[in-house]
Amino acid sequence: MKRIILIGGSIVVALSTFVYAQINGVINKTGEKPTIAVPDLRGSGQAQQFMGAFNTTLYHDLSTSGQLKMVPKTLYPTQVPQQPNDFRQPAAGQQSQGLWLTDWSGPPPSANYLAFGYTAVQNNQIVLYGWLYDVRQSTPSSAQILGKVYLGSLDEAGARSVAQQFAADILKQFGAASLIGTRIYFVSDRTGHKEIWSMNYDGSDQKQFTNYRSITTFPAVSPDGTKIAFTSYPVLPSSRYAEAARFGVQNENLGQPRIYVHSLESGRKLVYYNQHASMNAASDFMPDSRHLLIYSTANGNGAQIYETDLDGSDLHRITNSQSIEVEPKVNPKTGMDIVFVSGRGGTPQIYRMNIDGTDVARLTTGEGDAVNPAWSPDGEHIAFAWTRGYEPGNFNIFVMDVASRNYVQLTHGAGRNENPSWAPDGIHIVFSSNRSGREQIYTMLADGSQVQQLTTQGNNEKPVWSKPPQ
Amino acid sequence: MRASSRLHASMLGALMLGALVLITAGCKKKVAAAPPPPPPPAGATTAPPPPAAAVINSFTAEPSTIEPGQSSTLRWSISNATDMSIDNGVGAVQSQGQQQVSPRTSTTYTLTAKGPGGMDSRSVTVEVSMPPPPPPATSTPRLSSADLLQQQAQDAYFDYDKSDIRADARDALTHDAALLKQIFQQDPNFSVLVEGHCDERGSAEYNLALGDRRATAAKDFLVQAGVPADHLKTISYGKERPQCTEATEECWQKNRRAHLSPGQ
Repeated sequence: MKRIILIGGSIVVALSTFVYAQINGVINKTGEKPTIAVPDLRGSGQAQQFMGAFNTTLYHDLSTSGQLKMVPKTLYPTQVPQQPNDFRQPAAGQQSQGLWLTDWSGPPPSANYLAFGYTAVQNNQIVLYGWLYDVRQSTPSSAQILGKVYLGSLDEAGARSVAQQFAADILKQFGAASLIGTRIYFVSDRTGHKEIWSMNYDGSDQKQFTNYRSITTFPAVSPDGTKIAFTSYPVLPSSRYAEAARFGVQNENLGQPRIYVHSLESGRKLVYYNQHASMNAASDFMPDSRHLLIYSTANGNGAQIYETDLDGSDLHRITNSQSIEVEPKVNPKTGMDIVFVSGRGGTPQIYRMNIDGTDVARLTTGEGDAVNPAWSPDGEHIAFAWTRGYEPGNFNIFVMDVASRNYVQLTHGAGRNENPSWAPDGIHIVFSSNRSGREQIYTMLADGSQVQQLTTQGNNEKPVWSKPPQ
Repeated sequence: MRASSRLHASMLGALMLGALVLITAGCKKKVAAAPPPPPPPAGATTAPPPPAAAVINSFTAEPSTIEPGQSSTLRWSISNATDMSIDNGVGAVQSQGQQQVSPRTSTTYTLTAKGPGGMDSRSVTVEVSMPPPPPPATSTPRLSSADLLQQQAQDAYFDYDKSDIRADARDALTHDAALLKQIFQQDPNFSVLVEGHCDERGSAEYNLALGDRRATAAKDFLVQAGVPADHLKTISYGKERPQCTEATEECWQKNRRAHLSPGQ
């Protein structure tokens, strides 16, 4: 997988250090990040062949967590403990090569923590013995923070799985929520039609979810992880359109865009009654996972924002303007504030309002086009796409503290960057960008660092990061 | 399609058979080839001379071309035959004779003569000429409504992030309104889809709504100009179906449009 790394530090230069510190505080609550050494683990017998996948996964999950600073491998001592019994205090005046705590806590590694262990085969399964030590302690027994046994299938997937679990347990020590089990839903045209797909947080296990063979887009996943809403153009029976069919792609026999809701557990389509309107589009679920925010032309006066039940009934109108009102997103903590995109000021900008449509206020400055707002899980920040400082269409990802309206820019002109969505851990952001030529999906930390490309096939866009079903 | 695939199948069969024969022949090469048969012996037994074969001396139709209802005379002369007949309803005949026929369509008569020494046959054709057809009914072939629309409707173009009808769009839609009124008069069941499109620069979500406003603005203009509203339906494709995919203003302008297409 191709990786593109941005230098996060450059963000600070152009913008208020106060704002940066505020945003950075979201990512790293303790200020100074703990340093960790993660030497490659080895496997005995049959397990060794899967250790490449194991070590890559373990290092990846720890290094992209945003919680830890990785000690460069070149600074490691030559000997690496594989189990607690390997620790040997050197005799006075003797030099130790890695089998004592101070070999890791002192320079050159100067680590705070050491992750070590080994794998073996037991009952035709891969077994991982993993430890995390605070190497600043004086004895191995007082240094141990974590010591655990993990089991997985005896193949590469099993090796990856135990590495992910070990990484998640290590990250838990530093207060990080695990991303294991989270899925990213997105739109891909790799089949020739835009369909909804999903993948793991690291880009593995990419699966097609819909097969509508139309234009299917704008996925939104319920907070409880059980349902997905999206927008698609229904394919009409071809006989009704036979005359036009020979005109090719201009007339594809598609009906007006409508909202669809599916169960993520069974994959099945659920009932949703669309408004009789030239367009209906899904945007977000309310925190109870039982109501939807949509935008629709149901009033015959351009797209306006509404709330409906999960089946489309009980329509409540929230905006009432002469301008375009789209992309309502509700604060996941309060369920009371909505951010949305409105053209009421001339160009699309991000606004907030109460759930009943009152107290409308613009959040962005009025410069450029500001679109695609997405709440952070703590309900304090939004990520969004903005052309501020660039030509129309050249969006970059920004994060704003909603209360103060201070913002930082996370991407800097590398193609079009759109549709940010926060991970459930509140420190990762997934977004799409055409920086490589085609539209692809990337993750990064909420300070703009650690950019990783997750997709490569076809064009991929509109990612949403969902929790595992609860 | 089916006939041609059957043809392909049979050709394939023939090829396979050919291959089989080749393979078989190849196999047989291993066995020593049988010697060719000996030549026939010289001076074979002289047979008695055979009886003379039946010969048709003449067989004509006069006149050879008739109109429906008229008749033609068949005449013939035959030697050395014992069994003589003409097909197409004439039947057995003598060695000399004539017969009137009046076929309704062009017909070929075959005279067959058989004798102990062999047979002969000859054919004549009586052409029945048809009167020329009347001139075609006086109607010019009409373009289908969909063809008319595709060939003659003009797109209405818009400014970036706008759905106002510009002066050039007003001209295009005025032209379209006249065309649509003509089409719906000829073809009252026809309906038209007013599509709204956007360039790639806005967000897909905003553009879906913007395309809807463009389609609606174009439709409203057409209805104001007298096109029946119940024949028109709008659809927004946002930026999902661009006409042009380059990142230039010329291309973006082509994509910021309302387009008319045949409805469902």
